Amino acid sequence: MKILVPVKRVVDAYVSVRVKSDNTGVDTDNVKKSLNPFCEIAVEEAMRLKEKGLADEVIVVTIGDKDCETTLRSALAFGVDRAIHIKTDNVLRPLAIAKALAKLVEKEAPQLVITGKQSIDADNNQTGQMLAALLNWPQATFASEVTVEADKVTVTREIDGGLETLTMALPAVVTSDLRLNEPRYPKLPNIMKAKKKPIEAIEIADLGVSTASTLAVQRVDEPAERQAGIKVADINELIEKLKNEARVI
Amino acid sequence: MSVLVIAEHDNSELKSATLNAITAAKELGDVTVLVAGSGSQSVADAAAQVAGVSAVLHSDAAHYENGIAEELTPLVVSTAASFDYVITAATTFGKNLLPRVSALLDVEQISDVTSVVSADTFVHPVYAGNALETVQSSDAKKVLTIRTTAFEAAETTGGSASVEALAASDAVGTVTLVGRELTVSNRPELGAAEVIVSGGRGVGSAENFAIIEALADKLGAAVGASRAAVDAGYVPNDYQVGQTGKVVAPSLYIAIGISGAIQHLAGMKDSKVIVAINKDEDAPIFQVADYGLVADLFDVVPEMTGAL
Ligand SMILES: Cc1cc2nc3c(=O)[nH]c(=O)nc-3n(C[C@H](O)[C@H](O)[C@H](O)COP(=O)(O)OP(=O)(O)OC[C@H]3O[C@@H](n4cnc5c(N)ncnc54)[C@H](O)[C@@H]3O)c2cc1C
Ligand SMILES: Nc1ncnc2c1ncn2[C@@H]1O[C@H](COP(=O)(O)O)[C@@H](O)[C@H]1O
Repeated sequence: MKILVPVKRVVDAYVSVRVKSDNTGVDTDNVKKSLNPFCEIAVEEAMRLKEKGLADEVIVVTIGDKDCETTLRSALAFGVDRAIHIKTDNVLRPLAIAKALAKLVEKEAPQLVITGKQSIDADNNQTGQMLAALLNWPQATFASEVTVEADKVTVTREIDGGLETLTMALPAVVTSDLRLNEPRYPKLPNIMKAKKKPIEAIEIADLGVSTASTLAVQRVDEPAERQAGIKVADINELIEKLKNEARVI
Repeated sequence: MSVLVIAEHDNSELKSATLNAITAAKELGDVTVLVAGSGSQSVADAAAQVAGVSAVLHSDAAHYENGIAEELTPLVVSTAASFDYVITAATTFGKNLLPRVSALLDVEQISDVTSVVSADTFVHPVYAGNALETVQSSDAKKVLTIRTTAFEAAETTGGSASVEALAASDAVGTVTLVGRELTVSNRPELGAAEVIVSGGRGVGSAENFAIIEALADKLGAAVGASRAAVDAGYVPNDYQVGQTGKVVAPSLYIAIGISGAIQHLAGMKDSKVIVAINKDEDAPIFQVADYGLVADLFDVVPEMTGAL
């Protein structure tokens, strides 16, 4: 079985981003970028399935500009077999990403695609579901446990009220939640090996996918800042304030 | 303009998140609620009572029982043909279903809408709520998930919509529900609670969480948690508040033993009043707290419970 893992390069989770003063977007120059944490979890899960002998090959793919190569190298350091870079200088939204991935799926014919549940920059939470729809495959989003047996996958999902377990025939799309696993720290020899692995490049135009979007960003604003309040001395003062000043209890 | 809101329910009750989505929908046009379920007449009836709902479409079939996205998608896609907007609340149900619908409609979905600027322009948060993006959509049909905390819940009474039966789409049958483990609690639902008491890593253990729960029960509050507390197994997954958990905005949010990482703040900083109890006076949570108490939670939380 082949597993395809789409990964995204994002502003690191611990960077606090700033909205540009002209309100055209967020300042992403010269800030640390990382592999999206949910994608890291997806790569880890694919590798664990391979290490258990349930998959023969793990392929990572990213869609983006030349800087995304670094992201592919970090994914390769998990011991991934192959990496594919779908090249574009435009920042694509989930529908275009899903269309490009669907073309790649046609070509590579994986049995399982594991995406992250959400990219932590755009917070879309769409791509995996859209890809599943375009392929007419079943989906298991927000996975906290994945079990692969022969031709089916059983997935426990984190839902609002608790957990839900679904089973579906392969091929399928799974999207990772935070508690699916704890990604490994890649070992130095693997990092070195990852630097030398060839990356297959595909121009997005060659997949016949349009990069145009029907969404136009009009402006980006900073949210209203919350003012820090006061420190209270003790519980009595806190209760008094909550009762008489804030009137919330 | 006509708006189709997909109802979220458990075949007996309409989920409160749908009421918030209906309020957003009302800003856009005439609201029709689609109830797809199995043995779900009471949900269709409840939806018809909601103030501002013009019509309810009710499709009842065994394969809609579990809210499986693969089963609901063909029905929603075909029903969407005669609407200008398709909307769900941005709950795990809506987030799971709607992108599937959106892709088949060949529309770019806008996630987590917090404000309707005009018929084609919407605001939604990105970067864990650190930026608000205003986007204009030129898609003929618009597909939106609604951040429930940004819109009041519609009144559950006062409406008198007609309920029209809708033929079910064919069963797809690719996905089977094995089981659900739902958190049972007498406390209010986290997403809709007026008061939330949340605990973090500082609480230290699952046993210690009883301190948080005792205070919550005194206040009639829901219990929430940081990711660190969930990861450490103190409480179930669905207690997580934050960028990648639940987004809440109660009248009162009490954060106990939580440092205030941006991912946590993303889920609670729109609360009306925030209280932070933390022994580290430099904890970032104090920067958003209306009332901060620098203290050991093991001393002051039981004291607070006792004093109320
Ligand atoms: C991709 C991604 C997604 C994430 N999503 C979320 C999310 O949705 N929600 C979320 O919450 N986090 C999320 N996080 C994690 C987040 O970055 C923080 O790690 C997490 O919120 C920290 O939880 P905490 O405040 O409980 O723990 P800590 O940061 O360890 O803070 C514990 C606090 O407890 C205080 N304390 C300790 N003992 C006591 C005591 N006896 N009395 C009083 N105070 C005490 C300490 O002073 C400290 O401030 C995410 C991270 C990533 C990378
Ligand atoms: N540019 C991209 N290249 C490859 N995969 C992507 C890209 N954008 C999103 N994805 C995948 O889709 C997941 C969800 O992203 P999103 O729908 O943007 O929240 C990510 O975790 C990735 O697995």
